[in-house]
Amino acid sequence: MGDRGNSGAGMAGNEQEQRRNLPPLRLHVPEPRFRPGDVADFSDLEIPAAGMMPRPDEGGDPANMHDLAYGLVRVLDAEGKAVGAWDPKLPPETLIRMLRAMALTRAFDQRMFRAQRQGKTSFYMKSTGEEAVSIGAAAALASDDMCFPSYRQQGVLIARGWPIIDMMNQIYSNKGDRLKGRQLPIMYSAREASFFSISGNLATQYPQAVGWAMASAARGDTRIAATWCGEGSTAEGDFHSACIFASVYRAPVILNVVNNQWAISSFSGFAGAEATTFAARAIGYGIAGLRIDGNDALAVYAATRWAADRARANHGPTLIEHFTYRAEGHSTSDDPGAYRSADEGSQWPLGDPIARLKQHCIALGIWDEDRHAAMDKELAEQVRDAAREAEKNGILGHGLHHPMETMFEDVFEQMPWHLKEQQQAMLDEWKAAGL
Amino acid sequence: MTEAATESRQMSMIQAINSALDVMMERDPDVVVMGEDVGYFGGVFRATAGLQAKYGKNRVFDTPITEIGIIGVAIGMGAYGLRPVPEIQFADYIYPALDQLVSEAARLRYRSAGEFIAPMTVRSPFGGGIFGGQTHSQSPEGIFTHVSGIKTVIPSTPYDAKGLLIAAIEDNDPVIFFEPKRIYNGPFDGQYDRPAKSWAGHPGAMVPEGYYRVPLGQARTVREGEALTILCYGTMEHVVESTVREMGVDAEIIDLRTLVPLDIEAIEGSVKKTGRCLIVHEATRTSGFGAELSALVQERCFYHLEAPVERVTGFDTPYPHSLEWAYFPGPVRIREAINKIMRD
Repeated sequence: MGDRGNSGAGMAGNEQEQRRNLPPLRLHVPEPRFRPGDVADFSDLEIPAAGMMPRPDEGGDPANMHDLAYGLVRVLDAEGKAVGAWDPKLPPETLIRMLRAMALTRAFDQRMFRAQRQGKTSFYMKSTGEEAVSIGAAAALASDDMCFPSYRQQGVLIARGWPIIDMMNQIYSNKGDRLKGRQLPIMYSAREASFFSISGNLATQYPQAVGWAMASAARGDTRIAATWCGEGSTAEGDFHSACIFASVYRAPVILNVVNNQWAISSFSGFAGAEATTFAARAIGYGIAGLRIDGNDALAVYAATRWAADRARANHGPTLIEHFTYRAEGHSTSDDPGAYRSADEGSQWPLGDPIARLKQHCIALGIWDEDRHAAMDKELAEQVRDAAREAEKNGILGHGLHHPMETMFEDVFEQMPWHLKEQQQAMLDEWKAAGL
Repeated sequence: MTEAATESRQMSMIQAINSALDVMMERDPDVVVMGEDVGYFGGVFRATAGLQAKYGKNRVFDTPITEIGIIGVAIGMGAYGLRPVPEIQFADYIYPALDQLVSEAARLRYRSAGEFIAPMTVRSPFGGGIFGGQTHSQSPEGIFTHVSGIKTVIPSTPYDAKGLLIAAIEDNDPVIFFEPKRIYNGPFDGQYDRPAKSWAGHPGAMVPEGYYRVPLGQARTVREGEALTILCYGTMEHVVESTVREMGVDAEIIDLRTLVPLDIEAIEGSVKKTGRCLIVHEATRTSGFGAELSALVQERCFYHLEAPVERVTGFDTPYPHSLEWAYFPGPVRIREAINKIMRD
């Protein structure tokens, strides 16, 4: 302010006079680097080499881990070798199991996307390019650790061995749908798999996961919670509320931010990525923050394992930013060609998570191209067979849904009079109409 | 109504609420109490006084000032298997949590086909008459009665406050429990220029020490009468009762106690008997719960009605500070409405 603003009457006039010499203010509206028609070029993106980041003790003070929130934990190098302190040194059977779950997730996504295009269901969302985020985490968690996913962690269910036919029944909203056709496709719920009911409202699962973890801690349990949201959803107030609760009560929870660069058509700059990393948000809350290569299944596994061990030892929460790329459209209702460069995905410097884990397994001598091709073929058949079975239970709009009076169930534990009346009225109307 | 007889003593509504929480925490280790200032301090209205000392910080704890977080965390605790009783310090501050309440708590059972539930009771002081101005006086019950999957409960006496709160905590559905803070320490007849009364001597202030329930979904007939039916709840029950007594009109007063699920039989039975109906609430008029009540009465009692259904409510303005007594639906306005209904 200086001289301006300390005079009495007539101040406004003077100030106005003096401000004429100032440059006009400018509003900064972020713009992604590449739009349709542009040639994507990420060569200037700083990607630290694999194996460079230190791996502190799980019980360490978050104040000493700031570098991890700005760096990038990577295990697999360009040749597919696992290097550095974060190498989880997994046995071959775990590696192959993860590879298989990732490939099954991709095959499932492809089949269900096509089913939507064929009109068998209303909606689908793929997780292509992000399979390591879900499957690496699921492999590192205990099977009864509670997951609070967003809509793009179908890989967690698949990695936990949940029947894909059950998932398909949900997508088709058919008579086999455990959610009775009430939910939009892909909004799964699987309590037996410790997989929390998915909501359409973004980031609401974040404080819920923290609450679950607080309950587990208050009860002296040993289970922990994990939750996921996209980088776009970190802008929601729920993200802040979850972080502050997680920090205050040192909740045994893993807060995953899947930074796939895009929130529908908005690039990550609209969630604040131009100014800092998402992992760095942890620093302000006093939470441990890790930024990792989300297309590196071993890095995801190692970071999740580190965070899980930290939580289980009562050292509190960890925020993990998975740096990845949404390789396809946001959903079946979205055409990414309308807002981003068509070759971004192929130019993405962190590659494809399945190809990288496959390369690693081949380099270890526990896998080869023939086995991989055979696995892909087998998984495609498994998905096709499951889809055929699921379709016997009905597809959307073909009448094989749950009886319509079930619409009124489960609003409350017991149906109150007004719902009973509405239920009866609906049935009477249909009957009167001769249907 | 009382399921277990125990010694009764006189309690204020605050003491009755505190007693309900104490009884339920004693009975059920899954019950946890959380909210701003509810722990060590015992709550800004003293509703949770002594609970943390008795049950420990794992079951009664202070929270950061984030209503999203309080309700979101409570939903997660419910998913784990606890039975949380979160407090929102004033109903005027429940709006940041609206997404968690409407999109999550209310829908969880439905959207998961019963796999996950939100068995929580959200306690929150509400209503005006205390010079609370715009943000310490609101009555947002109509926002919640509009949401399928939530129950809305409002007591008007210490006895009901305890019995209803116990029933709400035991209920497996999410319950919004609005406590009329104007009558925390004594009933209020709307005569704002007379000295404040305490609960001493009020029949609704004799409260059993131990466990009992007042079932959700059941109205209470405060006074039987033949001339007209008055539907009300919370603070307004006392204002209505006092005005009716002073007028000497033979009104049947029904305290709804639970708005969802509503006791439609009590309403229908009474209006069919009297042929006239007045609805009184503090909340603003347009799309308020009174509109639903009026529609139900009109639909179900049409051929018994001898006069149009009337509503005395807060005006469609934010709650004013200095003009509180012009805004509050007090004895003057209720008297005029009763006279009008009886003339018709």
